[in-house]
Amino acid sequence: MLGVQLGELLAGAPAGVDEALDVVTGFDDALVHGFARLGEERAAALAALAGALAATPLGERAGEAAEKVAAGSVSDEHLAALAGGRAALFGAVHDALLGRLDAALGRSRAAWKPSAATAEVAGNLLGGCRVWLRELAIAGWRGVDHDLVSASDQTLDALLAVPELRGAAVLLDGLAAELRASCPVATMERLPVRRWADLWTRGLLLSQAGAWHGGAEPVSGRLLLLGADVHEHGTVVRVQVHAILEPAGGSPSRLVRTSLAAAKVDTIAGPAVWRLMSGYPVLLGALAGHLSVEITDMPLLRGGDLVWKEERARAGEAADPFATARVRLGEALAPAVPPLDRHPVRIAEPVLVEGYTADGGSFDLGGHTLDVDLDRLPACGPLTPELVAASSSCLGLMRWDGGRWLLQPLAVQATVKRKPVAAHNGDWALGPTDPKVVKAEARAGDVVAVLRERAGRLLRR
Amino acid sequence: MVDADRTAWERRSVVRVIPPVEPRKLAKVPFVELADGRLQGVVSSGSDIARVYVSSITAGTHAFACSTNNNRPCGAVHSSPCKHLHALADEAVLQYGLDRVARYLRVEVPEGASLMSCMSGPPERTPAAVVFSRFLRHLAYLEMPDSTEPLTELHWFPAMGTVR
Ligand SMILES: [Zn+2]
Repeated sequence: MLGVQLGELLAGAPAGVDEALDVVTGFDDALVHGFARLGEERAAALAALAGALAATPLGERAGEAAEKVAAGSVSDEHLAALAGGRAALFGAVHDALLGRLDAALGRSRAAWKPSAATAEVAGNLLGGCRVWLRELAIAGWRGVDHDLVSASDQTLDALLAVPELRGAAVLLDGLAAELRASCPVATMERLPVRRWADLWTRGLLLSQAGAWHGGAEPVSGRLLLLGADVHEHGTVVRVQVHAILEPAGGSPSRLVRTSLAAAKVDTIAGPAVWRLMSGYPVLLGALAGHLSVEITDMPLLRGGDLVWKEERARAGEAADPFATARVRLGEALAPAVPPLDRHPVRIAEPVLVEGYTADGGSFDLGGHTLDVDLDRLPACGPLTPELVAASSSCLGLMRWDGGRWLLQPLAVQATVKRKPVAAHNGDWALGPTDPKVVKAEARAGDVVAVLRERAGRLLRR
Repeated sequence: MVDADRTAWERRSVVRVIPPVEPRKLAKVPFVELADGRLQGVVSSGSDIARVYVSSITAGTHAFACSTNNNRPCGAVHSSPCKHLHALADEAVLQYGLDRVARYLRVEVPEGASLMSCMSGPPERTPAAVVFSRFLRHLAYLEMPDSTEPLTELHWFPAMGTVR
């Protein structure tokens, strides 16, 4: 990304974004206090949400839902209409932001092709999710107590056991843990209002008919890795690898993502999380060794997600992610975004930034300031705020949250003690390489092995 | 906190709600939690690898309890806490930090004092089954299969650096 491109991106918010978010803020406030006691002002906020959608196919249903909920009838159908309305507003915001980013970067993006509906999923489990989400909406975040949080336990246990519903499971598990840690919510000084409403909305959409990946096409070719984005809460860790796929047969190269997620517990953190993914030596080896990967007939979903199959991958030649980004990133075709995934939080566009002046938490690039998200440097990798501050090149993801663009570093090239160094999020995928970290790991012992031993001994009695 | 900061925080999709836990050895005390109004957890027996103790300290009253997972009272807990309770408290301080544990239990810990020395609650009988089943639920996560689905939901849960 060049200075002029950044300048174009930062030149004012796209029209309508602030207005759309104001409507969302009203709705989110209603969720804080609960639909059981809306009052006039919050009933008006629901009506405003419906009003914003009046000209859309959702308008009528959202309008009816706002009316009925305000009158005290909180049914699944009405909640689904309101959640759909809130998601549609974020969809519009997402499109405006991503469109602007694509235009600034000169990035072309595939158009979305609808596909046939996906398979049926366990309806009774989804019904359990909807019941819990309805109870949350009725009580409001301020009304959440231990009993209401614990009411989700059984549903969650059952949900986690179904692979197709894993997305809903990790989402609701994460929300439940945050609510549990915040109990009693009534006494909290501040609430993550936007965040919890996001999670509630996403949960409600997922609990209608499960996930919406659409169909997959098998792809073969060479995968050039750009970097690893790591996601984590108490009971899950996920590595999402951004890469460029050079399809066999010579069609144009494409930006893709591929993911490994493993269940865990909160005491497994830092570099130890890689041990949970030891069943994927090809992908982890490519991350740690900066190698390309040859893939054969791996399923590619319409949203650009490659569904990783270790047995259809083998390690290729050395490929430096910075070289890949310099040479190939500009021409790669970006994937379409699945309609229901359109939310600003999903914007994670790989960019290479060079020729900047680092100043604490931001880069000055051609006179424009790019904020760097230093909170997002995972403990399982070598990146630190100091390395970012000493860097001269950064491979990262463009993100947007709270009304501003941020760069999330995935890798940096820096000068430390007058020597050039490079550090990538995935460098420790086969174990830490920093002697200090190796030592700290050894002190804590193999926590994964300890817990697996305990599980083996106690779970099957 | 300044109102403007609070509003900005409340309007972000990605913020940290749960403070990170610090890494610690898990062999002796595999499970610690601040939940249900108690500091509670599971302590491995030093002599029998198939046995564990369920120990807890209640917030506010500081009443303490220790028994085996089969609900037999711990032989070492009488009018004062046993070594399992001391181990539980020590590991909780490592995992959550002294401030967070002390705040949860509502205990004043003067500079330099240990957590256990500042509590003098009575012994109590609490059923071990609830805590033990929470531990088993905790362990069950390790047996769950991996997933290579897109899991877009996880963009709300970035890995945020802990102190190294
Ligand atoms: Zn004991």
